[in-house]
Amino acid sequence: MVYLTRKAEFSASHYYHNPEFSAEENRRIFGKCNNPNGHGHNYTLEVTVKGAVDPKSGFVVDLKQLKDVMSREVLDAFDHRLLNKEVPEFFTRIPTTENLAIAIWQRLAPKLNMAQLHRVRVYETPDLFVDFFGEA
Amino acid sequence: MKTGTMKAHLTRRYMFSASHRLHSDEMSEEENGATYGKCNNPYGHGHNYMLEVTVSGSVDNQTGMVCNLVDLDSFVHDQILERYDHQNLNLLSEFVEMVPTTENLCIVIYDIVKRGFIQAHLETVRIEETMMNSFEYCGEGEGLEDL
Repeated sequence: MVYLTRKAEFSASHYYHNPEFSAEENRRIFGKCNNPNGHGHNYTLEVTVKGAVDPKSGFVVDLKQLKDVMSREVLDAFDHRLLNKEVPEFFTRIPTTENLAIAIWQRLAPKLNMAQLHRVRVYETPDLFVDFFGEA
Repeated sequence: MKTGTMKAHLTRRYMFSASHRLHSDEMSEEENGATYGKCNNPYGHGHNYMLEVTVSGSVDNQTGMVCNLVDLDSFVHDQILERYDHQNLNLLSEFVEMVPTTENLCIVIYDIVKRGFIQAHLETVRIEETMMNSFEYCGEGEGLEDL
């Protein structure tokens, strides 16, 4: 089993707000992230797949295919967007880094027939990142 | 799709600067020199330590969070950074009888977080002593993630 990781970057804006909370609770729980005008980050995405090395190609996965799936399923949808208003998953879920990692996993997993998805890592900043391994 | 039962790992990085000297009273001067090399310099030396704390848990449906980052940040600030930043590690009580290697520092910090931070499950404490070396502790009986 060999693991392969591909990185990508996207920039997006978001805000945290739960309509089930009062205005005061939203401010207390989400702090500065509750600013309704939103704010943005340069996100770094790391997608790790695993598999046996193909004896003919020497690949775990064709990197071009992986890159294309990441671009089509994630970057085209997320890059330079307001996540709350433009990405359907976040119409009802708070676009935290945790939920970004889960949504990206759910977008990629059904499209990656050439290798098994192992980990989605999303850096919101260089000092904060979330790993999702598909665990329920 | 619900996310309330999905388990995620959240990692936060912090920096602190401290000095230490690697020296064991159980070894002769010669042995200390051979074991610790430059790190045995009697006046000590310092590092900018990068600390990574990884916690895990179910992503809360209401908040979208494993735990509130403000809680983790304030815990680490009050219990770890306040204690270690700009200190000589050898003078702290935990290192009177224990060599302040980064291995031991990992274990000590892991124990502080494990005992005191109850809002999420502690997975790993990882410390970069320099950009070229790092140490990781996941508690006893728990293995490292396979990646």
